[in-house]
Amino acid sequence: MSKMHVKLNVNGREVEGLAEPRMLLIHFLRENLRITGPHIGCETSHCGACTVDIDGKSVKSCTVFVAQANGAEVTTVEGLVNDDGSLGVIQEMFREHHGLQCGFCTPGMITRAHRLLQENPTPTEEEVRFGMAGNLCRCTGYQNIVKAIMASADMLNAQKEAAE
Amino acid sequence: MIPAGFEYHRPTDTASAISILQEHGDDARVIAGGHSLIPMMKLRMADLAHVIDLQDIQEMKGIEIGADSVTLGAMVTQHELITHDGLAAAVPIIREAALQIADPQVRYMGTVGGNVANGDPGNDMPGLMQCLDASFELVGPDGTRTVAARDFYEAAYFTAREDEEILTRIMIPVPAAETGQAYEKQKRKIGDYATAAAAVMVGGGSASVAMTNLADTPVWSEEASAALAGGDVEGCVAAMLDAIDPVADNRGPVEFKKHVAAVMLRRAIARAMSRAG
Repeated sequence: MSKMHVKLNVNGREVEGLAEPRMLLIHFLRENLRITGPHIGCETSHCGACTVDIDGKSVKSCTVFVAQANGAEVTTVEGLVNDDGSLGVIQEMFREHHGLQCGFCTPGMITRAHRLLQENPTPTEEEVRFGMAGNLCRCTGYQNIVKAIMASADMLNAQKEAAE
Repeated sequence: MIPAGFEYHRPTDTASAISILQEHGDDARVIAGGHSLIPMMKLRMADLAHVIDLQDIQEMKGIEIGADSVTLGAMVTQHELITHDGLAAAVPIIREAALQIADPQVRYMGTVGGNVANGDPGNDMPGLMQCLDASFELVGPDGTRTVAARDFYEAAYFTAREDEEILTRIMIPVPAAETGQAYEKQKRKIGDYATAAAAVMVGGGSASVAMTNLADTPVWSEEASAALAGGDVEGCVAAMLDAIDPVADNRGPVEFKKHVAAVMLRRAIARAMSRAG
């Protein structure tokens, strides 16, 4: 099968490449672009470790062909750092509240939490748990992940208020 | 988990998509959100030479709320169903059911058209659409036709849609204001298909009852609906248990599924009745 020309905006940067249409977006990100934040966990759209943001939607990049994402804007966990390269708010809160142990699920967790808080800046704990239901963690028991996301919401809202 | 190679097409209108289907016949299939098809392709259970992506076809998008009927474009995602307040006001059971499908990420991609057209007995929307007495618009080389959801499903993965047709829109009559609606689903975990699920509408002397994943098609029962319309809950449950035909699998043996079916149906009836005005 012939390769196709694909063009994406990944973390604010225009990228181009040749890929077979059947290539999954996660493989294109990791192997062609060397963006290795999104992880390959189950590769069957269950675990959420490969979650990226595509045009404002949280998507499991193991279940999207790179051809489908052609022309899209993609954000990975690497794109959620501050402009000066320091940890972004959600990343910092995961660190502070120990929202991870082994860290394998963390890029997917943080990328999903980013979209959740964009859509619902003041979630209840229940809404966080419902909104994070597509991401599995086998270490933490989720308690500290939820805590980190609730703390992120507070921090982001405080920053927004301070800026106004 | 690498699917076999294929040629990728992204037409911008329905007519072009159909002409690609005509050109390649069995070797081609349309892809909407892809969250049923791509897993099948990864397992090499679906092997296609041509994949026709519908994402750029504007005429298959959008939710229209009319006084008497609601129209959903086939490419409307589960996430859009959930977040559309006008839809939730007109037909609240759609949001209630969509929230119980898969997980947030899958709902951003999964479409209502894909869910109803695939013919997977595990999908929630087919039973719901039968409960609502929806109809599906099919566009093919010979034009457009409409098929009632209650006539659409023939067997698992076999529907009234011809190979060269595309399901483009779903038309749903808006239930009367006094109608109470409820969707109840038992699943083993987030993301799982139903062990049993029930869609119920009741009120104003009429009722409609359908169930999911308890036969090789969704099951809408005229007898169960008539019993409930007459206020006979036990008659409704008995008629529905008679109509379903579950098979034993990793969600449990037949007796268990029948038990869960009755529990789901009773809960849905009770909640729908509590909402009827």
